[in-house]
Amino acid sequence: MDSPPASRLPSILDAHADDILSEWIARLRSGGADDRISEVERERQASGFLQRMIEAIRASGVADIEGPAFEPLREMLSDISRSRAMQGFSPTESALFVFSLKQPLFHRLGLAWGKDAEGLARDVWAVTLLIDALGLRMMEAWQKTREEVIIRQQQEIAELSTPVVKLWQGILALPLIGTLDSSRTQVVMENLLESIVQHEADIAIIDITGVPTVDTLVAQHLLKTVAAARLMGADCIISGIRPQIAQTMVHLGVELNVISKANLSDAFALALRRIGRAVVRTKSPVPVMGTAHGE
Amino acid sequence: MATPRSTLQIRTSEDIVRVRQEVRARAIEAGLGLVDQTKIVTAASELARNTLEYGRGGEARLEMLQDHGRRGLRIVFEDRGPGIPDIDQALRDGFTTGKGMGLGLGGARRLCNEFNIVSAPGEGTRITIARWK
Ligand SMILES: Nc1ncnc2c1ncn2[C@@H]1O[C@H](COP(=O)(O)OP(=O)(O)OP(=O)(O)O)[C@@H](O)[C@H]1O
Ligand SMILES: [Mg+2]
Repeated sequence: MDSPPASRLPSILDAHADDILSEWIARLRSGGADDRISEVERERQASGFLQRMIEAIRASGVADIEGPAFEPLREMLSDISRSRAMQGFSPTESALFVFSLKQPLFHRLGLAWGKDAEGLARDVWAVTLLIDALGLRMMEAWQKTREEVIIRQQQEIAELSTPVVKLWQGILALPLIGTLDSSRTQVVMENLLESIVQHEADIAIIDITGVPTVDTLVAQHLLKTVAAARLMGADCIISGIRPQIAQTMVHLGVELNVISKANLSDAFALALRRIGRAVVRTKSPVPVMGTAHGE
Repeated sequence: MATPRSTLQIRTSEDIVRVRQEVRARAIEAGLGLVDQTKIVTAASELARNTLEYGRGGEARLEMLQDHGRRGLRIVFEDRGPGIPDIDQALRDGFTTGKGMGLGLGGARRLCNEFNIVSAPGEGTRITIARWK
């Protein structure tokens, strides 16, 4: 039996790399200038990509893109994809970078095989599989980058939205806003405990006006925070338990066993009394000055 | 009216947040007041977390209810986890096989108008709750 004729792809790539590159770049450019990425950068990526692809194919053929020969190409693909995801390209736009290499390659294969339809079909199929696989990898890398961005933002939000505020010498407030899942609660608790030490606080007010749901897990987190604060020498007051939340907690059967006040202002008044201070009315109200026009 | 049913997967703790948000939106749509909304959202939060923690994940199916002009919301939590060997024991306040307070299941029952558990060892768990306006 005759063995099928060898793929002509490697020899085409060796002989016509420059033509293929310029045709590819022309295709990339045909989409018009893009202010998210410079022409120079795009061409640098295309030429680096093609060069690594040629080296990989020369070393191991087209089939094994998971193999070691394709490692440099895979890495470059991830880098390109990552930068595109950060620059705000859609997954389709990112993958088009790779897919638009098909036409220049098909064109060269057509010239090389001429009327030999069988040989051409086999090489076209091999190239299709290769480019599709690379395109899919590009999409995956894009998505992974976006997920990383989202996770980072979540962490930033977690820290941003849990500021510990000093209300008075010895009195801290922690206004909680949003969902208290386990990872965020960890951050909240650490922040509070650190601040208690740093400010030598006697009283910490945890305000939950902005927490939409208090279920058993949230209650448990609150109780642990209160217990830890106590070990650091500070008493906690929980404020902002809205009526519907109070009612729900009763049905759930959770008891916070901690002093609570309807709102932050009542909690603050109580905290002041506890440290032996009081807010008194002076005879005439004094206008607030100096802040209206900024600085 | 919008789609009367929807199904949410419960695979991660973010999914629990999504269940709460969807239940809140549907409860408002069903005309439940603030207290009833909070009750069913909290019950759903408990059951979704149990589905994730003990049932190895599963799903929540939400259904809008309408009965002779009365409106409400029903939610079915279903998993293919290990099941609950002794349902009465699991419902008892303070009973937990994990690190919880053991209040979620009994609490969810007290927070709803309808509460039904179908579960057997090795067969998974299906819990149905409803809250009417
Ligand atoms: N879907 C389920 N599959 C298997 N076992 C479950 C399931 N849901 C609950 N259980 C069992 O029932 C027990 C009681 O559940 P419950 O929700 O009341 O308490 P908890 O989850 O342990 O603590 P809490 O809800 O107070 O944080 C659980 O510890 C678990 O053993
Ligand atoms: Mg529970």
